[in-house]
Amino acid sequence: MERRDYNFGFLDENSKREIRRCLLKAVAIPGYQVPFGSRELPIGRGWGTGGIQVTLSIIGKEDVLKVIDQGSDDSVNAVNIKKLVKSCTNVEITTDSEEATIIQTRHRIPETPMRGDQILVLQVPTPEPLRVVEPRESVTKQMHAETEYSTMWLTLYEDIIKCGKIGISSEYPVFVENRYVMNPSPIPRYDTPKLNDSETLYLFGAGREKKIYAIPPHTKVIPLEFEDVPFETEDFSGKKCHLCGAENVYLDEITDENGNTYYECSDTGFCAKRRAENAKH
Amino acid sequence: MAYVAVKGGEKAIEQSLKLLDIFHSCSKSIPIEDIKKNFPLLIDKIMSEAGLYAPDYTALALKQSKGSIEESVFLLRAYRSTLKRDYYSSVCDCKDMRIIRRISAAFKDVPGGQILGPTFDYTHRLLNFDLLTKNRIKKPVTGDVGAEDIYCGRIDDILYKDGVLDKPEEDNTEPFDVTSNLLTYPAPRSARLQTLTRSEEGFLEGVAYSAMRGYGAVHPTVSELRSGYVAVKIPHPIIEGEFITVGEIMVTEVEALWPSHTESEDGDDENFSLSGGYGCVLGRNETKCIAMSICDASLNTTGPTPSQDEEFVLTHGDCLEMQGFLSHLKLPHYVTFQSKLDRVRATKEEK
Repeated sequence: MERRDYNFGFLDENSKREIRRCLLKAVAIPGYQVPFGSRELPIGRGWGTGGIQVTLSIIGKEDVLKVIDQGSDDSVNAVNIKKLVKSCTNVEITTDSEEATIIQTRHRIPETPMRGDQILVLQVPTPEPLRVVEPRESVTKQMHAETEYSTMWLTLYEDIIKCGKIGISSEYPVFVENRYVMNPSPIPRYDTPKLNDSETLYLFGAGREKKIYAIPPHTKVIPLEFEDVPFETEDFSGKKCHLCGAENVYLDEITDENGNTYYECSDTGFCAKRRAENAKH
Repeated sequence: MAYVAVKGGEKAIEQSLKLLDIFHSCSKSIPIEDIKKNFPLLIDKIMSEAGLYAPDYTALALKQSKGSIEESVFLLRAYRSTLKRDYYSSVCDCKDMRIIRRISAAFKDVPGGQILGPTFDYTHRLLNFDLLTKNRIKKPVTGDVGAEDIYCGRIDDILYKDGVLDKPEEDNTEPFDVTSNLLTYPAPRSARLQTLTRSEEGFLEGVAYSAMRGYGAVHPTVSELRSGYVAVKIPHPIIEGEFITVGEIMVTEVEALWPSHTESEDGDDENFSLSGGYGCVLGRNETKCIAMSICDASLNTTGPTPSQDEEFVLTHGDCLEMQGFLSHLKLPHYVTFQSKLDRVRATKEEK
């Protein structure tokens, strides 16, 4: 047994190339889930291994990486992933979303709109949007092939009949270019509209389920909605961040020991930048 | 401070790693060689679930992970992804196995004989308190148990000759590689067998047990169980058509038989015939191997039970996948939970 050094980006070059090929296919067919030979990583399956494999396959020495978990740069999953990528690539790490060339994220899209020279890599637990209505992969594949989404529409309709509202909270299904229903990963509904006609490239990686998909810039991405029941985002009206004062952003609800509820920005990088700017004035 | 969110991440993780060492500190470090020699069956179980035959690396993983099986499997799988696949071996035929144990439950005696070999099957499970004090292990007497290499033919060859078991056609299509491709359904048999052999032992045994007990249709006879060494050969890099032996691996193989209905082509006649289920696992994991043969057989039947559902059995048995997805629930989910709260509050208002 000998001591060994790991390759740049951990995975061997052939594996990385295979993943890049799948990414190209995914970009060519927006919203379509491309199967790939997901590799095992030193981080658990279900802990962002799809996103990490995408990041490791596209990252180069000149890239600047930001990793966020629930919007936070400092949350355990983000710290853990940053540490891994740093240890096998030595790229520069940042918390500023505007400085980053690649941002890997779990459950949020940054508040500051992203540019065309940046890539957002999203970690996906359940890539199949139809899994909620059909457990079998062999059946959901066929449903996609035939654009057979009636059971999905029916679920939304049943929610309205039973509860008066559509009950899907996060990972709200979207229609991509009027062709594929796609799971945008567990981002809140607040972030869903950012997928439509965006400047940036979105790459989705699901390691455990071995799927990759993409939304290239300027793709039409519309949440499933009825003409008379429009899509609703989370309601934060009348609330603002107690740290930077931001309104109309996604907020974390926090309760202190005395039972008082207050709010702060879920996007910690955005919040820190605003506070630094507030301090200047 | 209340549990707000898992923040202060970097420092907290560092401290957690330190505590991992403090809580599991131990004054004496066991050499890798001793772990390998003292716990060979544990090493076998881990190698089987990792899908990597590497006793030394497994012992290292076990030491590093403080004896956690899932962590060991994890370490080996992750290490495996860093290695380039340079060769595919040629087919290992277990007929050529150098046997250490071989039994048939189908016949009283068989050509080649019943060879019990090393097994716990006939021990009494009584704690041996002598081991509390004895540190030196007595060297076993080897002279009277036989030391010659044993090879023998397979039982199913006898049944083929007899005509009670239909000899399956030899299938020489390139096997599907589950380690580098996504499985699609219906899965090719090679993919099914690879997935089963890498499955977590408890999962596979639970599924097989359910099939035997009533949630399924398979209660087979173990026609043959054999353990031993098979040679792994790769194509010679220069001389075409020749092979080089790169080493031996210990495997356990099971063939299970059960009677099933077959219909004649016109659909008029129904016959009973024997069908088979196949199990083969790295190392000596006999129960897992039997379970694998039952799962294989059960997937050939149709019915409503879990063990007959290919997608169910093949997607839920991977140690890393189940461990990973279950444990990811420990990660913060406050953004999505906030979104859930919003829906609950909104529907309450609506009413």
